[in-house]
Amino acid sequence: MRLLTHNMLSSNIKGVTNGFPLGIEVEKVIEKQVDFNPDFLRNMFAKVEWKALVDAARTMGYAELPEEADLSMLESDDFLKRFHHALLELHLEEGALVCPETGRKFPVNKGIPNMLLLEDEV
Amino acid sequence: MWYLCVFYHRLLDYRKPEVESLAELYGGLQMSTVEWKLPQDHHPDSPFHFVNLPSEDVARSIANRSILVKGMYELWGQGNSYEELEESIKNYPEDRKLPYLACESTFKITVDSFGKVISFQEQNDRIKGLSYIPFQGRVDLKNPENKFWLMETDDHGANNGLPPIVKRTVFFGREIGGADRKRIPTYQLKSRMYLGPTAMDAEMAFLMANQALVTSGKLVYDPFVGTGSILIAAAHFGAMTMGADIDIRVVRDGRGPDCNVWSNFKQYGLSMPVGLLRADNNLPPWRPGLKEVFDAIICDPPYGVRAGGRKSGGRKLLKGAVAPYTVPDDKRTDHIPSTAPYSLAECVHDLLDLSAKMLILGGRLVYFYPVLRDYDIVEDMFPEHPCFKLVAKSEQILSSRYSRVLLTMVKTGPYTDEIAELARIKHLEFKENHLKSLEDGSLHSSVFSPSDPQLSTGPKSWKDIKQKYRGKYV
Repeated sequence: MRLLTHNMLSSNIKGVTNGFPLGIEVEKVIEKQVDFNPDFLRNMFAKVEWKALVDAARTMGYAELPEEADLSMLESDDFLKRFHHALLELHLEEGALVCPETGRKFPVNKGIPNMLLLEDEV
Repeated sequence: MWYLCVFYHRLLDYRKPEVESLAELYGGLQMSTVEWKLPQDHHPDSPFHFVNLPSEDVARSIANRSILVKGMYELWGQGNSYEELEESIKNYPEDRKLPYLACESTFKITVDSFGKVISFQEQNDRIKGLSYIPFQGRVDLKNPENKFWLMETDDHGANNGLPPIVKRTVFFGREIGGADRKRIPTYQLKSRMYLGPTAMDAEMAFLMANQALVTSGKLVYDPFVGTGSILIAAAHFGAMTMGADIDIRVVRDGRGPDCNVWSNFKQYGLSMPVGLLRADNNLPPWRPGLKEVFDAIICDPPYGVRAGGRKSGGRKLLKGAVAPYTVPDDKRTDHIPSTAPYSLAECVHDLLDLSAKMLILGGRLVYFYPVLRDYDIVEDMFPEHPCFKLVAKSEQILSSRYSRVLLTMVKTGPYTDEIAELARIKHLEFKENHLKSLEDGSLHSSVFSPSDPQLSTGPKSWKDIKQKYRGKYV
């Protein structure tokens, strides 16, 4: 699971009002090279919750993102490269996503987050 | 400018929408404004059409990207006989012809026919018959700069399988572009590592990606990803792909480390999906406030004929017959939650709602919808949503009982709470009108139940009328 996916997900357990951002429990992080596509990044920037991305990247061991970011930074190649790395190249291979309200863990195995709810959570 | 657009004679319903979609992608045209003309005395099912496109470059891009355009041509002449053809070519402006006949150029002439076979000898005779065209260049059969085509159709006969009212027509034109059908054997399912029972065939997956205007850098989502067969076509065109499925075995495990969704992308050297997850389309885990992220949503929803949909919550639980099963704490990690059947009506409603929220304005939703063939296809039989406009519907017949229709919808308005409510009401009306074919299991039984021998005696169905030409009903 890349942080792009993490940035889009929340805990949707019945009764949970604020399921975003999900905490990350890291067992194994891997890095995979992805082709750099600046247009895609500029496009995604407006849709990403920046703080959640910064925190998630830090949990995964990558602390090179600035705390605050704005549109003007998209001009910088250096910034785009860091954004690219954090958003697309860091993978949570094994671990879990943790609901911020209930502490329920959504397991991540072989890079696939399992977001399906149990019967008593629907 | 008008171009002669010659199609492969298959998937007749899909041909024009593909060109129209690609005209929007490459020419900035609105799909509905693309103008078409038929050659005189030709039937709409004929493979020969004329299409008006802004430039040769646009025509070339469309043709090369398409799957069903055999060739796009600048027409130099046409006629019902070779005499008429000669006159027509001679009347075509010299300044359009001469640049392609110059002495330093190379060329090739191909003779092609529709509905008949022309022997090699006859082909050569026909090419020699074109000597009135002042070709100055050198012939190069392998790698010519200019490709010319002489195409001929036969008259409609009782038994040659041609569409009615096609009159013998001869066309001569300069090729501008054509589909690269080599993509299809490259991606064919029989050599793909990981397959599921409803994997989308390569040709159809490419058509879906074209309908969805997939290009490099776009984000494409498939909520019923399965083995990834639809996203593979999107990734081929350079899109970032994302997929979800409720079945974790399919999306996570596959059949081993070298036979799973990832390995399918690896097999073709495509970029891996940027996200794959297990999620329920009925209760999607997207964060509140997330909207307008996907450029396209392409999918083949489970419509309960070959594969049925499932959603969270057991059958008895949802009916209120039992209280929610509380999973003991020590069993929570490995617990497999029960699921309930997911009817097509509900599935499509959720799909439209999700798409309305998550697609960018102008983004496209492309998906298959099943219909029983004893219904006539009418506009209002398809699901509607106030945020969407249906821009194309193409039928593919699957059996004598049912077809599937590829629907292409464009998001035309933003999603709001009022719209969501309006959509819900619209959906209830829709469910009311079409309940019969959508009720849980009824589509399945209509498709598979044995036919009533008393009903099938009359010569009513198309099967009994042994006409050779059946159009798209082939």
